[in-house]
Amino acid sequence: MEPLYLACGALLLTAVLVLWRRELSVIIRVFALQGAALAVLVGVLAAQENSAELWAVAAGVLVLRAGVLPYLLRRALAGAGEAQRETRPLVNVSASLLAAAVLTLLAYAVSQPLVELAPSAATQAIPVGVTVVLIGFFVLVTRRRALSQLVGFLLMDNGITAVGFLTTTGVGLVVELGVSLDVLLAVLVLQVLTTRMRETFGGTDLDELRELRD
Amino acid sequence: MTLLVPIGVPVFGALVHLVFGWRRATTWVSAGSAGVVLAAAVALAVQVSRSGPVSTVAGLLRADALSAFMVLVIGAVGLIATAATPAYFRGEIEAGRATVRTAARHSLLVQLFLATMALAVLAANLGVVWVAVEATTIVTAFLVGQRRTRASVEAAWKYVVICSTGIALALLGTIVLNFAAAHAPGPAGLDLATLAAHAPGLDPGVTRIAVVLLVLGFGTKAGLAPLHAWLPDAHSQAPAPVSALMSGVLLSVAFYAILRVKVISDGALGPGFARTLLVVMALASLALAASLLIGQRDYKRMLAYSSIEHLGLVAFGAAIGSPLALTAALLHVLGHGLAKAVLFLSAGRILQLTGTSRIEGVSGLVARHPAVATTFGFGVLALIGLPPFSLFASELGIARAGFTAGLGWFTAAALLLVLVIAAALISRTSRMLLGAPSTSDTRVASPVPVALAGGLLACAVLGIFAGPLPVLLDLATQPLAVTR
Repeated sequence: MEPLYLACGALLLTAVLVLWRRELSVIIRVFALQGAALAVLVGVLAAQENSAELWAVAAGVLVLRAGVLPYLLRRALAGAGEAQRETRPLVNVSASLLAAAVLTLLAYAVSQPLVELAPSAATQAIPVGVTVVLIGFFVLVTRRRALSQLVGFLLMDNGITAVGFLTTTGVGLVVELGVSLDVLLAVLVLQVLTTRMRETFGGTDLDELRELRD
Repeated sequence: MTLLVPIGVPVFGALVHLVFGWRRATTWVSAGSAGVVLAAAVALAVQVSRSGPVSTVAGLLRADALSAFMVLVIGAVGLIATAATPAYFRGEIEAGRATVRTAARHSLLVQLFLATMALAVLAANLGVVWVAVEATTIVTAFLVGQRRTRASVEAAWKYVVICSTGIALALLGTIVLNFAAAHAPGPAGLDLATLAAHAPGLDPGVTRIAVVLLVLGFGTKAGLAPLHAWLPDAHSQAPAPVSALMSGVLLSVAFYAILRVKVISDGALGPGFARTLLVVMALASLALAASLLIGQRDYKRMLAYSSIEHLGLVAFGAAIGSPLALTAALLHVLGHGLAKAVLFLSAGRILQLTGTSRIEGVSGLVARHPAVATTFGFGVLALIGLPPFSLFASELGIARAGFTAGLGWFTAAALLLVLVIAAALISRTSRMLLGAPSTSDTRVASPVPVALAGGLLACAVLGIFAGPLPVLLDLATQPLAVTR
């Protein structure tokens, strides 16, 4: 069971690191690391169940979440000016870390019924996945740069994927493929929109998104 | 076979636009494909009401009466929107706001949009429903941002971020529900019919988490409070045919997913849980729409907030859950779809003629552009639920069902909010239609596509004579109804 918990620990740690660091290039690297941790998690489960299908999924997760998505983020960052390379959180770092602690407690409280339904080593780790989802949501609502919001969205998605695998019952290959494809497409769409925002607003700071309101 | 037509034909239409672009010969391809979808929906409805649910592609696609009804809505509203598209683009290209390439890409994406919506309502598996609903966000993202102005790019960004986040919650809910099904006595998996049939065996604690996540997630896409913030921006910035489709069908397709989840929730947790959730969201949506419509200055945003109102009403009908309430809610989906499509298309025409989307910038429409003023005026009358339009019948049905189901106070509150909204809509609209014509715009011939008149007519006819529709609605609501 050790490797499983190690992978979950890495998942949680990388999520907290995203809250802690300010430079977007570092955040993207941390995000890639988290993708790798997720792939390890799936790999551990594959070894346990000795399932070729899960091994293939683990490889897919590694390519998509530690390779393709970080690459897309880096490319979006390369197009950004010097001024846009740091996040400008609405909430300062120490308060963010405190919030992460509260969110972890909340995740443990909320996911209790899930653990109780089928207690096992894997389901014991579900709260970690839920914590990553909540931290991702927190990043999404408290960050001002378009790119940081994108990272928050992807963090949420990593957490959801982790929960999906920890509940051990894969959602079925068709759905799994559809989900991965949708995430990839959503990121591509958002990347194109970031470029367009840069063209029309001169930056991707969401403070400038003030045209539409009542 | 009829199951594949509503998905396959629009995909084929998209290919045609991809290869041949936008030219004289392809102008009516979109409308033709929407027409075929509508015809297939009718055929499907007949087949389903005669011989029960049909399924195909190894059980991945399945249609019961509810699915057939939803395809009918997609086909009808799709036909109105695509039939008005050629006229819309003629105006845009003349004004230099669009090129032939924009029109081709627009038509391609709209066809894919229709196909993904059809897939969402025909999928037998909750996971596939999820994939299809998320796919609608992806194909419409560039439609919302089509004009590439500051405002439209901002709207597209908000749209994708908020909807993808909401739908991510629904994914988590799907996974949790799958977990519950795997540890229940019934068969595992996410097949909707199986889940509904074996719902009583699901673990209540886990199902509760799943239902909250699914209703919140799909509720985002349906424009229900609290995650509605993308809707007024996206609907006001998208080109008119896309606004018509998003408001007229996309919202109700997302709500269809909630209806499916509600059946499972009712079976596993009793009717009280989903009802409480939906009543809260419905009343919050109504209150929000009312408060933002009172001082509204932009007529496209006015229509967008009115969509939040009507989806709130549909959610309220679903919350009541009696056969009458559900029938009325489904009829409301169709009536609202038709009326709102006509209104958004008329609003698009008004925007082309006057160059402003601000209410105070438009006056004396009746004198200057009588045709479009007529469709807009009658559309608003339909929207506020005046007879003979079908929204009158459905709102009456929801109200009656609410009082008999013991939700009297909530129903009274909802009706009060609907009245406030009606007053706000009337006062804004009369300012636009009547009054002295503004001197800025020149009088030009402004023919209105026949499709708009057709949509209004259909909405009115439905209110008087529903034909064979009640049979289908009866069948559709049977598996949904709460047995009290």
